[in-house]
Amino acid sequence: MKLSDLFKKKSSGDVAKDRLKMVLVSDRANCSPEIMERIKSDILEVLSKYAEVDKDQLDIHITQMETDESGTNSVPALYANIPIRNIHHTAK
Amino acid sequence: MGEVIVVTSGKGGVGKTTTTANLGTGLSLLNKKVVLVDTDIGLRNLDVVLGLENRIVYNLVDVVEGNCKLAQALIKNKDNANLYLIAAAQQRDKNAVNEEQMKKLTAELKEQFDYVIIDCPAGIEQGFKNAIAGADKAVVVTTPEVSAVRDADRIIGLLEANEMKDSQLVVNRLRPDMVKRGDMMSADDVVEVLAVNLLGIVPDDEDVVVATNRGIPLAGNGKSLAGQAYMNICRRLNGEQVPFLDLDTKKGFFSKLFSK
Repeated sequence: MKLSDLFKKKSSGDVAKDRLKMVLVSDRANCSPEIMERIKSDILEVLSKYAEVDKDQLDIHITQMETDESGTNSVPALYANIPIRNIHHTAK
Repeated sequence: MGEVIVVTSGKGGVGKTTTTANLGTGLSLLNKKVVLVDTDIGLRNLDVVLGLENRIVYNLVDVVEGNCKLAQALIKNKDNANLYLIAAAQQRDKNAVNEEQMKKLTAELKEQFDYVIIDCPAGIEQGFKNAIAGADKAVVVTTPEVSAVRDADRIIGLLEANEMKDSQLVVNRLRPDMVKRGDMMSADDVVEVLAVNLLGIVPDDEDVVVATNRGIPLAGNGKSLAGQAYMNICRRLNGEQVPFLDLDTKKGFFSKLFSK
């Protein structure tokens, strides 16, 4: 907490807006399985221009990432682990 | 060929039915031929807000099941010949109608009316799916509260998933005095969070309750701030450029009048 916060209380309207933004970040990140599949196939399509990837070992999902050391604030993040078998020497 | 507009919100009690009634009244005052369709099967209310509860013979379910002709289910408004209602059935549930039937009905209504306005039930289940099935565009109603805005965001996402990209927002029941002292989110705050186009701001107004008591919607009533706000929304829907009401100066005027 900052020193100035002790003297100036945040208005409830601003509190509402901040809380709303936070809750929407996680609401919006909960994307449907169909959208997740589309994200996966689009990423694969782009990557396959440059490299041969191991589709069976592929792992792409939404996770939470902490934004500060204390771990109190977290944002959704796209986690992707894509094993590469071979890099193409020239882009297709 | 008319336009089909769905009035939706996700959360209940934010003013969908009141907004639908006022859009219908206002647009019909602009000499447009309008039909309002209540899709809240089992919990109908648009009829009472319009003061037409004693005139219902046939309803939405009767039309889609073929128990009557479409013309027989069109209830004519009391004083406005341009405005009609198709009431929801009260003794059935949302599953009495499906999306294909709604598409067919709205397509038919579009031939006869300039505007077909669909009053959507709360929630995201079958009733919501029915309401948006035949819609060309959506008006999303919210109040400046965390719960209502959160649900509006979800609804906007679902509308986008159904190919309705440019939802327009009505911020209902705004209290300029509370916004001024920082205890309510402003319409700008809500628009910033939701990232949609603002269609209008309706102030919290006792006249809305009085209008519902009497069954006569406010739109077009120049004495009421909410009545003016609804009329402006109708003009914007109809393609006019109308500046937003300065709710703050009005409030200032009144507080000056009534302050010691």
